[in-house]
Amino acid sequence: MRPFTTLRSKAVPLIQDNVDTDAIIPSREMKSVSKDGLADGLFAGWRYLDAAARIPDPDFVLNKPQYDGAQILLGGANFGCGSSREHAVWALAEYGFRAVIADGFSPIFRGNCVRNGLLPIVLDPRPLAGVDGELDIDLAAQTVRAGDAIWHFDIDAEGKMMLAEGLDPIALTLRLAAAIDAHERADRAAHAWAWNVLPEARR
Amino acid sequence: MAPRTLFDRLWDAHLVQDLGGGTGLVAIDRILLHERTGGIALKALAESGRAVRDPARVFVTMDHVVDTFPGRSDRTLMPTGTQFIVATREAANRAGATLFDLDDPRQGIVHVISPENAIVLPGLTLVCPDSHTCTQGALGALAWGIGSSEAEHALATSTLRVSKPATMRITIDGELDPTVTAKDLALYVVAQLGSGGARAHAVEYAGSAVRALPVEARMTLCNMATELAAFTALIAPDDATIDYLAGRTYAPTGADWDAAVAYWHTLASDTDARFDREIAIDARDVTPMVSWGTSPQQSIPVDGRVPARDPLDNAEGHDRSLDYMGLSDGQPLLGLKIDASFIGSCTNSRLSDLRRAARLLEGRKVAPHVRAICVPGSTRVKAEAEAEGLDRIFTDAGFEWREAGCSMCFFAGGESFGAQERVISTTNRNFENRQGPRTRTHVASPDTVVASAIAGRIADPRRLGDG
Repeated sequence: MRPFTTLRSKAVPLIQDNVDTDAIIPSREMKSVSKDGLADGLFAGWRYLDAAARIPDPDFVLNKPQYDGAQILLGGANFGCGSSREHAVWALAEYGFRAVIADGFSPIFRGNCVRNGLLPIVLDPRPLAGVDGELDIDLAAQTVRAGDAIWHFDIDAEGKMMLAEGLDPIALTLRLAAAIDAHERADRAAHAWAWNVLPEARR
Repeated sequence: MAPRTLFDRLWDAHLVQDLGGGTGLVAIDRILLHERTGGIALKALAESGRAVRDPARVFVTMDHVVDTFPGRSDRTLMPTGTQFIVATREAANRAGATLFDLDDPRQGIVHVISPENAIVLPGLTLVCPDSHTCTQGALGALAWGIGSSEAEHALATSTLRVSKPATMRITIDGELDPTVTAKDLALYVVAQLGSGGARAHAVEYAGSAVRALPVEARMTLCNMATELAAFTALIAPDDATIDYLAGRTYAPTGADWDAAVAYWHTLASDTDARFDREIAIDARDVTPMVSWGTSPQQSIPVDGRVPARDPLDNAEGHDRSLDYMGLSDGQPLLGLKIDASFIGSCTNSRLSDLRRAARLLEGRKVAPHVRAICVPGSTRVKAEAEAEGLDRIFTDAGFEWREAGCSMCFFAGGESFGAQERVISTTNRNFENRQGPRTRTHVASPDTVVASAIAGRIADPRRLGDG
């Protein structure tokens, strides 16, 4: 995963509440058992006048030329609610987004973001939408800047580490194998019933 | 020891290691996968050269993409659906997981088949790359929805790195009117708290009205916690839970059962436990509910009128919802003509849901202009319903009777309702385009769906038969 340090980019305002993952990537756009090939289907229900023919809707914000190449998306409350499909994050990242700034995120969507290099920032997006020009995001300092204006954001230590270092969390956890083994031995002793019902125990 | 909530108990029992910064490494007892998001997790894990740490605790079912037409096969209406089915089957078999394939009598919607087979048990942790995994908290397990990357992590390590959620208790006291179902209660809670109202909280449902709910109804209540943006929901196990589990496929037996039951009796919040947030609801305030807009929080009593401006909505969102749904401020929902009705999904497709619907439907007919579909939640539910003759009640009334799966809760099977069609549905999400491009979804209880299907218009289940 590509580490996130700083980002300078325009921001696209899509400030509406409860933008759900069905809207971000409609189910019919999840065509193959793959994490790729999803950018074309991003916001397909809103982005195209005719999704099948891929005729763009010029009124949809992503299709406006002034936002070409923007890597920051501004959202409203409860962004990414609904289905747990990680395809929503894969589609946003493949399209080119590296950060989403919103009033709030659904917990599963937020977790999917930090595992895919997409920085979720909880901030009121409205002042940022009024900024003429680019925003500067600094993850280490936890700030968003526009000229002299500066906004601070909070992020949990684990999410920040995953984004900043681009680390593979599975590799990190596998280093704790001894602790996992010890926990399982103790649990097998204390709650044998939970283990004895498993198919392997029965074979 | 300081007083603890039920959530704290489950967290403490599964905490492998404190990772600092509010994050814990949490042991995962059961992993459930389905072909829509599970196949990709298994495939990606295999491609990364990693193995599933403990295949015995991994269960895989086919529910999201599969057709629900009689005589179905790996072929689906969705052009590439077969790929998902085949890839998941191959990956599950290669990993040594337990697979409930299309022809398996245990096949069905993941949150229906897991309780039905006692894969989920009180006191366990369970994850699934599906947002409605909170359903299974109804049995007193810590069960929550994750993404595919987290599923890979759980498969590879039998743990997850979890940011510890805050706690919330929603206490529902008083008696629910017999005409009010758990679905109405779930919609009422979402309408009260809003779609972000329990963000990242572990919600415990408590109170006399919750205790009085049968176990399957508790699943319906917990199912919609994800519509509150909750981390999950859970209900302390009691005798009803234990009776429900006894004798099921993966339930403990003999001395193990006795030990399990003894442990399950300890799984409750201490009376003096502190929650980060407390919400109280009076069950007597709840009436049959139906959604009017495009978020579950936009739900009102079935005999109510579309609010001029809901305090939970901003003006733009409110107008957008009205426009999408083809409604106007102050309009009553009763009498609104519908084109289709749907009974099914992980919210309302269990035997008790079908029995309730069939009881109202018996001897009546669906309005001629309404397409009506009933999709049992599992192959077992379907078989049990057929053994009771419920299928004939549905088909005699004009309902299609389908094979088990998620079906038209959303579009994944490639089947959808039409543009601008108005659908009343026992599902959980009335999002834009969820049940089909431009389809207008009203979510409601099985009772309200049946009453509306018969009337051909949104109807009050309490007035069924009034003419």
